[in-house]
Amino acid sequence: MSIDREQVHKVALLARLELTPEEEELFTTQMGSMLDYFQQLSELDVSNVQPTTRAIDVSNITRIDELNPFAEREAILKNAPDQDGDFFKVPQILGSDE
Amino acid sequence: MTTAAPAKTKYEAIIGLETHCQLSTATKIFCNCSTKFGAAPNENVCPICMGMPGVLPVLNQKVLEYAVKAGLALNAEIASYSKFDRKQYFYPDLPKNYQISQYDLPICEHGWLEIELVDEEGNATRKKIGITRLHMEEDAGKLVHAGSDRLSGSTYSLVDFNRTGVPLLEIVSEPDMRSGQEAAEYAQELRRIMRYLGVSDGNMQEGSLRCDVNVSVRPVGQKEFGTKVEIKNMNSFSAIQRAIDYEIERQTAALEAGEKIVQETRLWEEGSQRTVSMRIKEGSSDYRYFPEPDLAPIEVSAEQKQNWKEELPELPAAKRHRYESELGLSAYDARVLTDDRAVAEYFEAAIANGASPKQAANWVMGDITAYLNNEKLSITEIALKPDTLAELISLIEDKTISGKIAKEILPELLTKGGSVKEMVKDKGLISDPAVLESLIDKILAANPKELEQYRNGKTKLLGFFVGQMMKETNGRADPQLTNQLLAKKLQS
Repeated sequence: MSIDREQVHKVALLARLELTPEEEELFTTQMGSMLDYFQQLSELDVSNVQPTTRAIDVSNITRIDELNPFAEREAILKNAPDQDGDFFKVPQILGSDE
Repeated sequence: MTTAAPAKTKYEAIIGLETHCQLSTATKIFCNCSTKFGAAPNENVCPICMGMPGVLPVLNQKVLEYAVKAGLALNAEIASYSKFDRKQYFYPDLPKNYQISQYDLPICEHGWLEIELVDEEGNATRKKIGITRLHMEEDAGKLVHAGSDRLSGSTYSLVDFNRTGVPLLEIVSEPDMRSGQEAAEYAQELRRIMRYLGVSDGNMQEGSLRCDVNVSVRPVGQKEFGTKVEIKNMNSFSAIQRAIDYEIERQTAALEAGEKIVQETRLWEEGSQRTVSMRIKEGSSDYRYFPEPDLAPIEVSAEQKQNWKEELPELPAAKRHRYESELGLSAYDARVLTDDRAVAEYFEAAIANGASPKQAANWVMGDITAYLNNEKLSITEIALKPDTLAELISLIEDKTISGKIAKEILPELLTKGGSVKEMVKDKGLISDPAVLESLIDKILAANPKELEQYRNGKTKLLGFFVGQMMKETNGRADPQLTNQLLAKKLQS
């Protein structure tokens, strides 16, 4: 098994997911098999392959620093569950991860 | 038998800074929204900076240019291959639940800058402070906590995402500083460099320059660092210095009392002049960085790097050295003149027009600076141009006008400009001995009492007679010649 229940518990916590003990058990098994499946990749010999961070071979994509304001800001505000005037309104913040 | 008291342990502080510099671009780092400070809440937002599904962020080329230029100015190595990463955390000021930043392949690494501390006698001490890394990232939004100015106590919070996606340079120093003064000087030099480059306005009040400080204390001679404490919330250079000095004292006292330093984040409180614990559990963060799949990697070519390098201005440290070694100015003068690039360039233009460096320095640092401060103007906004200042100085040096006359016409020059020669046509120095002598005779005749006192030994009265001469001539009497002639006449 490549992942244990404690790791699943931690990942769930970091992703702010509430899992029941049964779900934790189930996901430990399922994620374990996924990771085992990917493990097959390590059979390949990559000693002569340059490491990469991307699948597409492009670099230096940039844009000009030119102002082009978005016209429908109201639509964005309306997307939120709650707003207060021009602000987004969020529930009480209990702690900080930062 | 006497027992020597055990030598008191001496402590030293280890200080490192993490600085966030907002870049002066028109638009955000990955979208075309404005970066303007002070807009109405959520005015500058779009689907990209708000992290809507299916959008594609694209790097602002000015951000890359500014980051590389800053790296070059900080003597850093520019990465030939660099990329962006996602830093994951949940907080309401972050619409995407991740921040696009750079993790293991930052755009620049291994740089340094030189700080200069000038003591009261004017002696300069220079020190190199290492720069670990410099990377590009996006800023987060701003929270307003309702019902309280602090997080605790508020029942809900309001979010303004205008700042979300504003480009930042994060610059991390090596732990090379040993005092609050050194750290404050480092931060100032960093701002000076950014302003010289024109990549950031460095305005601390508006949050364009934010410094977080790591401070630890250890007994002198110990190799390992002590437990470090992070301090935030300083919004001036003097606050940085005071917060660090406070923290060094606090940690030293704790160690002397046998207490352990807790690794934590503390906030500087300007009102009470102390740091207080933020009471946040450390170690609960796990940012799970991974490469940002929406942004292509960056490969800065040698040619591009060279082009940007050639666009760099002469930087403050180089100017300071040159002003001292080539222009013969004091460390203090060099430092004052180079603090603001516009002032330095004004000064240099005056010299290029023939002004003597010391005289130009005195005028710029004295009367001109006083005027700028009073009128809240920048040196580029005054009517007195550098070539006119050079003219003024040379007219004093060749004795066409006195320093007093120069000061007299300065206000008009500052506000209206114009030619000095034209202005002093009838204000020129009187240096004809015959004219001066006849004026002296007149003054001696008008002040018989003082003349007698002088001749009875009260030679201090020479000043009085010089003053009378200046009054008589509206300051136009050649001071040296007047002194000579007066002394002669008084003794005869």
